[in-house]
Amino acid sequence: MHANLLQELFSFLLAVFVGWSLITKIPPVLHTPLMSATNAIHGVLIVGALIVIATASGPSQLIVAAIAVLLATLNVVGGFVVTDRMLEMFRKSPSEKGQASK
Amino acid sequence: MTSLREAAYMVAAILFIVGVMRLRNPATARSGNQVAAAGMVIAVAFTMIGSSIANVAVLLAMVVVGAVIGTYSARAVKMTAMPQMVAVFNGMGGGAAALIALSEALQAIGHGSYPGLAEAVPGLFDMLVGSISFTGSIIAFMKLQEWITGRAISFKGQNVVNAIILVALVALAVAVPIAPQADRLLLDWILIAGALVLGVSFVLPVGGADMPVIIALLNAFTGIAAAAAGFVLQNDVLIVAGALVGSSGTILTLIMSRAMNRSIFNVLFSAFGSKVTAKGSSERGEIHPTNAEEVGMLCAYAQRVVIVPGYGLAVARAQQECKDLMDALVARGVDVRFAIHPVAGRMPGHMNVLLAEANVPYDRLYDMDDINPEFQRTDVVLVVGANDVVNPDARENPGSPIYGMPILNVDQAKTVIVNKRSMAAGFAGIDNPLFFKPNTMMYFGDAKGALQGLLQALKEAA
Repeated sequence: MHANLLQELFSFLLAVFVGWSLITKIPPVLHTPLMSATNAIHGVLIVGALIVIATASGPSQLIVAAIAVLLATLNVVGGFVVTDRMLEMFRKSPSEKGQASK
Repeated sequence: MTSLREAAYMVAAILFIVGVMRLRNPATARSGNQVAAAGMVIAVAFTMIGSSIANVAVLLAMVVVGAVIGTYSARAVKMTAMPQMVAVFNGMGGGAAALIALSEALQAIGHGSYPGLAEAVPGLFDMLVGSISFTGSIIAFMKLQEWITGRAISFKGQNVVNAIILVALVALAVAVPIAPQADRLLLDWILIAGALVLGVSFVLPVGGADMPVIIALLNAFTGIAAAAAGFVLQNDVLIVAGALVGSSGTILTLIMSRAMNRSIFNVLFSAFGSKVTAKGSSERGEIHPTNAEEVGMLCAYAQRVVIVPGYGLAVARAQQECKDLMDALVARGVDVRFAIHPVAGRMPGHMNVLLAEANVPYDRLYDMDDINPEFQRTDVVLVVGANDVVNPDARENPGSPIYGMPILNVDQAKTVIVNKRSMAAGFAGIDNPLFFKPNTMMYFGDAKGALQGLLQALKEAA
């Protein structure tokens, strides 16, 4: 048990509560983009992968950490790009279509 | 430097939360995603700045390769294949979580000290849940991509076998911190291997129709795994972002299974759709085939037409024809609406995205609860490539496997026109008595060709 554990649990529980209360009344139209965007947000694993590769020593550690960086990068970059592609297509009404950037 | 990084992580975490908040409204959703992405850039930048990084070349190579492949595949994927793309990206995250934990274990052993309990527990959790998410997501991808059958693959006692594997893996995970130091790494590997197998055997028995729920669930899994990785590395941004995704993903999973009137327990353990059931309503009438001219005439002189798009429309890539039909009818003064079932397409909201791609404005798209009272005042309902979501058995036949699932009450409209390629059963593999109702007409053909024919007929009717 390290000293920060309780403080970390505190952050964890608060974030759980925030996530829980954010997703109550979401129109179904946004369920897929929301799933896709939260998928990209857990790509924050890239931060973890960067930390472990920075301290890796020896070939086996380096290989494992390098694959972790690769997978996490795919998750985060692909996740945000595909979500943006989905949401780019949302337009309100025909009259605005001309002005919408494309 | 450390406190600067902590401050940057705090900003990133706030941006993630603001991003999700903005994703709750179609008008701000896109900026919400960009806000979250900005948070990610900050988190990554301040992780790298000021830390003495060994292996910079390998690190940069991996980031570049990942970014290029990720961007390319996200840009190249067809919108119809988007759910499985999300599944793949999610699986990558799960794999990363397992490998981060493994890497930490390797480094600790390299230093001659296995992590204490506070680090060991989240690390083992990461290996278990991350690996399940990795192979589970890949199986979900293969099912949706139809590389393997979308039907449930199961054998008798599968749930029991899965339960035994899970219990064995949990027991193994408990054993690792108390095992002799020399054996721990081997046990870690066995844990990961077993979890990879469990991911496969846990998703295989789930039918294709339930796959969105599984992807949502695995998304939540990876979120929690990210939080666990945060406990391993004592990193706040991982903890907060992971917990945020874990909890919001769990709610999203529940919302989706509720939309299908299936408990999450049911989705996971019932192997729904493993066989074609004969439990549909037994009495069948005659079907009434029709043609483009007749449908065109009916639509042209209707006051209100409601279009019910289903996955068949997306497969035939007929969204553009659907939009053209809407324009042609609107030009004639017809009130055209789209009725979107919560699980139309392959995921909640998938159909909205597909129609948005064809420039159908989203204020013409109506959710099930908003459109259902309107069907009685609707002249023509045009069902294109949808089946199970308009099956009246869900309302009327307690023997039906989909009984109780909320449906679009299209049968209450004056005339229902169903466009289908054939009389084949839908994704759930059950009969649909709607096709035999006296006010239903069957307009056979591929959705794209059928809508083009209908457009032509409309022009001639003018």
